[in-house]
Amino acid sequence: MPRVVVDVMPKPEILDPQGKAVLGALPRLGFVGVTDVRQGKRFELEFAGEITDAVLAEVHEMAETLLSNPVIEYYTVHVDEQAGTGAVTA
Amino acid sequence: MKVGVVTFPGSLDDVDAQRAVGFGGNEAVALWHGDHDLRGVDAVILPGGFSYGDYLRCGALSRFSPVMTEVIAAAERGMPVLGICNGFQVLCESHLLPGALIRNDHRKFVCRDQRLRIENNRTPWTSAYAEGAEVTIVLKNGEGGFVADEPTLDRLEGEGQVLARYLDDNPNGSLRDIAGITNARGNVVGLMPHPEHAVEALTGAGTDGLGFFTSLEGLVEGAFA
Repeated sequence: MPRVVVDVMPKPEILDPQGKAVLGALPRLGFVGVTDVRQGKRFELEFAGEITDAVLAEVHEMAETLLSNPVIEYYTVHVDEQAGTGAVTA
Repeated sequence: MKVGVVTFPGSLDDVDAQRAVGFGGNEAVALWHGDHDLRGVDAVILPGGFSYGDYLRCGALSRFSPVMTEVIAAAERGMPVLGICNGFQVLCESHLLPGALIRNDHRKFVCRDQRLRIENNRTPWTSAYAEGAEVTIVLKNGEGGFVADEPTLDRLEGEGQVLARYLDDNPNGSLRDIAGITNARGNVVGLMPHPEHAVEALTGAGTDGLGFFTSLEGLVEGAFA
């Protein structure tokens, strides 16, 4: 099934308390060397047909109106080429 | 004066807000998130709670409920709209108010009697207060940190759109201690603390919140219907 992925992240200047909590937990678990963590959201949108430019334009519209809040977040869109091929990424 | 109080799935303080409207001398009208009309009300309150389970972002899904289409249109005609806590989040998601509310900087839910200064008493929701009035109104939120970019914050301060500011400790990391704001026109107000829980001495720190519900007195009935 063709799939488009939208990643939404808090803007760099916006405080990310959840990321800070994860950052604080890592050294307690023995993971050292991580200097910052930002936590975002990933949306996987499945489509029945081909991913055309028109579909992608619509995904951008979805991302701007609902999936992200442009006041505090930014988003990126990409087509997941592996979707439906059975390929597994590590 | 008829004041609509919207109930979304997951609203928590809608009944308290209806009750406070009565204490303020007005008639509360229950509105449902699926309604396509505002039943002839003169003002609208979006209450606190966890509408749509706070899924996606607080207020993000509520903003697209049928009743919000009507609320947004009425607000643009000048109807007074008050968003309390989750209602404030809905107003920001609706772009009726600038900025956004994010998770408290200390990551804990906060519930306490909060001292505030009413900085703008020229709105239909705050006219009962003296300018600069210092009041105590209960605050309870997990995502109450008000954020906006610097030019927006400067504009809010410069235009007198900061409605209320936290006194003493900042409870949630809100930039410039902002507890509430209004739009440029002054009819749309968002407030993180809960005035509907501060209307009777029996159940709170006092009655300092009552002013938000008595302020509507000066309005003309039916002006925005």
